[in-house]
Amino acid sequence: MIWDNAFAVSIIPQLLQGLVVTVEITLLGTLIAALLGLALAILRRLAIPVVSQVVTFAVVFIRGTPLLVQAYCAFFVLPDYGISADAFTTGAIVIGINYSAYMAEVYRSGIQGVHIGQWEACTALGLPATRVWGRIILPQALRTVVPMLGNYLIQMFKDSAVLSAITVVELLGTAQAIGSSNFRYLEPLTIAAILFLIISYPSSRLVNRLERRYAPQH
Amino acid sequence: MSAVVEYWPLLWQGMWTTVLVTALGGVVCVLVAFTAGLGRLSTHWFFRVPAAVFVEVFRGTSLLVQMFWFFFALPFFGIQLYPMTAAVLALGFNEGAYAAEVVRGAIASRPKGQTEACTALGMGPALRLRRVIIPQAIPAMLPPFGNVMVDLLKNTSLVSLVTVADLTFRAQMIRNTTGQTTAVFLTILVMYFVLSSILTLLTGFLERRFALDRKAKAAWRAERRFMKAGTA
Repeated sequence: MIWDNAFAVSIIPQLLQGLVVTVEITLLGTLIAALLGLALAILRRLAIPVVSQVVTFAVVFIRGTPLLVQAYCAFFVLPDYGISADAFTTGAIVIGINYSAYMAEVYRSGIQGVHIGQWEACTALGLPATRVWGRIILPQALRTVVPMLGNYLIQMFKDSAVLSAITVVELLGTAQAIGSSNFRYLEPLTIAAILFLIISYPSSRLVNRLERRYAPQH
Repeated sequence: MSAVVEYWPLLWQGMWTTVLVTALGGVVCVLVAFTAGLGRLSTHWFFRVPAAVFVEVFRGTSLLVQMFWFFFALPFFGIQLYPMTAAVLALGFNEGAYAAEVVRGAIASRPKGQTEACTALGMGPALRLRRVIIPQAIPAMLPPFGNVMVDLLKNTSLVSLVTVADLTFRAQMIRNTTGQTTAVFLTILVMYFVLSSILTLLTGFLERRFALDRKAKAAWRAERRFMKAGTA
């Protein structure tokens, strides 16, 4: 008998707990990525000497290196310098920073998509910078950005499995633990895959619909 | 830094394993992308449905889950893969599923007139795809394919978790023996960055080389003339 049904049913509650951790880490990571990404995009746009170049390089560097290695760095290197946090927090922060580099690009394209006349009108009206960004540019830029953020949210949901390598007990980590203690990998890994699919497939269909709805009106 | 200098040969070997996994994974990825991408465009449900299921399953689940599944779960069916095979297949299938959507999108977005002109000239569907539609679609595929390849390169770091001795695996090994965490991990971060930058440059070059519009192609020629002048 290849598939042990009783065993499969018995491990579902444990895997669902793992799924909850995965969802938590994804939401926390997305929050960090959305805020930090916005900050990075604005910093680049403001073109402050040195700062903008540093930010640009940081974004390119983060995008050019693997998430796993970044996670190892944060988890193994930082404690040597007195900064230590538990695996969950480290994982959420690392994945948040990693995705902020991608989200910065999304925001950038959103900001660039705002018509130049809007900027000119702001200048003509003599609006202060905070009002320009907060009331004029960002509300228009973010509209097109929303569905893309959704895409990255789903991507992060799947990528968070990588964090099991730094001992975060999320869905895959749970599946692996069950597998190694029972010497049966087939059921936990298959159920974990199905759980990932059950959440990410409908959400990506939803995001596709959002994408069409929020498409820029030309 | 001493650990990095002392164990440099190990890191160097690991880097070549990473390059090898990327190259093999890339080949699998392109094969899978065209098979699944064309399958999804087929008029027969017999091809369309399996291709769609394949793409959605591999895009909808984590790469690492797939890799573990190939490595740990397949043996229960009596299929024992080498770590390297499992890693390359998982990488190739996963990225191939993403690239299949690129292939499908690029082919579907060709102007309808091209297909109609082929039909008018009496070309069959296979000839039409091979000689007209696919060659035209390739320039549109290149930029997203480049992204997929860079993703593939970065995701090769996951193969260390199924015991393939790539760059990340070697770094972990060196960390365990020397305890010099900072130097080792910063070094491999930079190595990955250099590798992905090279890949980005390479795909940029291919994009300009195979660009359809004249302006981009002229830019490519000018650049080549400039480079030749530079070496002469």
